[in-house]
Amino acid sequence: MERVTPPPVRRIAVGREPHVATPTATPNGAVAARPSASARLRAERPPAGNVRERMQIESVWLAYGDNWVVRDVSLPVRQGEVLALIGASGSGKTTLLRSLNRLTEVTAGAARAGRITLEGQEIHELEVNALRRRVSMVFQQPNPFPMSIFDNVAYALAERPERGRRRRRGAELEHAVDDALRRAGLYEEVAGDLDRSALKLSGGQQQRLCIARSLAAQPEVLLLDEPCSALDPISTATIEELIVGLRDSVAIVIVTHNLQQAFRVADHVAFMHLGELIEYGPSEQVFDRPAQQRTREYISGAFG
Amino acid sequence: MSTFTPADVTRPPAGLSVTRPRQQSTASWPLVDRIGYWLCWATGIALCLIVIGIVLFMFVEGVSYLHLSLFVQSPSSELQQSKSGGFLDPLEGTFIITAIGTLIAAPIGVALATWLSEYGRPPQLARAVESAIEMIAGVASVLLAIFGLLIFSEGFLGFLSDTTAGGAVTGTSFLTAGTMMAVLAFPLIVGATREGLAQIPDRMREASYALGKTRATTIWRVLLPAIRPNIASGVVLGMGRIIGDTAIVIFMLGATLRTEPVGSAPIIGTLRGTGSTLTSYIYENSPAGEGNSHQKAYAAAFVLLMIVLALNFVVTRITGAHERADGGGRLLLRGLRSRWSG
Repeated sequence: MERVTPPPVRRIAVGREPHVATPTATPNGAVAARPSASARLRAERPPAGNVRERMQIESVWLAYGDNWVVRDVSLPVRQGEVLALIGASGSGKTTLLRSLNRLTEVTAGAARAGRITLEGQEIHELEVNALRRRVSMVFQQPNPFPMSIFDNVAYALAERPERGRRRRRGAELEHAVDDALRRAGLYEEVAGDLDRSALKLSGGQQQRLCIARSLAAQPEVLLLDEPCSALDPISTATIEELIVGLRDSVAIVIVTHNLQQAFRVADHVAFMHLGELIEYGPSEQVFDRPAQQRTREYISGAFG
Repeated sequence: MSTFTPADVTRPPAGLSVTRPRQQSTASWPLVDRIGYWLCWATGIALCLIVIGIVLFMFVEGVSYLHLSLFVQSPSSELQQSKSGGFLDPLEGTFIITAIGTLIAAPIGVALATWLSEYGRPPQLARAVESAIEMIAGVASVLLAIFGLLIFSEGFLGFLSDTTAGGAVTGTSFLTAGTMMAVLAFPLIVGATREGLAQIPDRMREASYALGKTRATTIWRVLLPAIRPNIASGVVLGMGRIIGDTAIVIFMLGATLRTEPVGSAPIIGTLRGTGSTLTSYIYENSPAGEGNSHQKAYAAAFVLLMIVLALNFVVTRITGAHERADGGGRLLLRGLRSRWSG
């Protein structure tokens, strides 16, 4: 019972070596270098510095109707680091993520107990649309709007003028759109033709456009709900690099089923099971020396 | 163990036999399914024949009487065919009444469809509205016409039509008839808009909410622009319905020989006045009507048919990019089969 089979994740963790193939040239000369580059990223990147707390989840319970799917979870959300929520399907991690910008409220019968604060302010007391501009979200399926690349980002920027700020127009708007596309690492690929329909982009490009769209309004927190599960490995690697690169300018919370991805991108990992937070800690600790038996079983693939 | 194929080899070697999917044969089907399949074929062919028949008949009958002069002359009540003029006024009437009906029905239809699909609260009210729209869609236009005449003859609506010397409101004018035409076109526009909204996945709405957008902004900036083709085809279908209607024209437009404005105000006068459309012109000139000049009825019918065909073409062009015509008969049959097999 105590003997667990060596899991792929731990192999990476111990060896610090990507278990994906090293970039040897295939017979037709193609080089498949990027996934391993992403794994290397984990090993080489500097530890998170300049960490600043953005959100605080305090003893939060979440329900749909009478079904309490998240029970008594407390977590900090910090800028300067990536927080990964892992756990089997039905563990409540997506519900927890969606509650951070009150997107759970779209579903009828959603209820919450406990406190969630953004910069010390209870999010329930914030105006919901203002909150969602500050805590933005990217979904599992790339979902660009059926309009041009430019309009997709400009749509996110077009807000009602508030606090003396006027609506961005003309060159200022273009600059803001370019800037968002640059932050999402998409600018170089689409710069020539921003009027192209966003639906003509590849899946990975679409997802980066969605990230650009979410970044456009300069949010403080970026929520990612399995952002790579519909993408191929190369697009996944690009987005993982992007996530790590963004962590200093925005707090990032990512839900993922892919444990290797969690290990590659996250600084802290929270493992949830059946609505409860089982373990939370630095990712090295959670993956290498999990304190809880259930965490050990999950990351070794014994269940889930 | 597979070997690597050089990149310049793009097709299998000649020695390999290639299998391709064959057209499914009905030989192995149960008899009842085969009969169903043949019936579908027969019905489809019969339908095509009927359409071809109508177009050919109208073409032969209509074109021979069609002259350019018919488009520019107003009709007049002469017994002699050569002097009874053309159908300029009915043609005008058709355009005016279609414009009025569409202008009223499109915005209200889109707004109502959006409310039903995106809000729909309280649900009891939404269900009642749905049933009402279905009822309007199913009701005969002659009922709408007689009801409209009743409503618009009310004194306080007199400004929409003419008032007789005795003080009675006629209730017949382009405005009143156009309003009832809007009711006729309304269900088609609502239906097309709702269908479009239903096709948009919820994740599109959530994506917009997640950017801090309100429902209203999401509807205006994302949903409605995305379903423009659906709305356009609904509007065009509604136009077809208006153009083809006769009962409302006869009841509420007067079906007069010429456009008869009320008073001397240029546009308002026409809108408050009576007139006719191609459909009423065809009726009046057919052997069933009073004009009894069937040549002109055929010519007008041909023009009407061309307008309707042009509208159909527009609808096909608008929706064609979205839906592929893919084996409709086969789909129908599959539906029948699953019903029969319980």
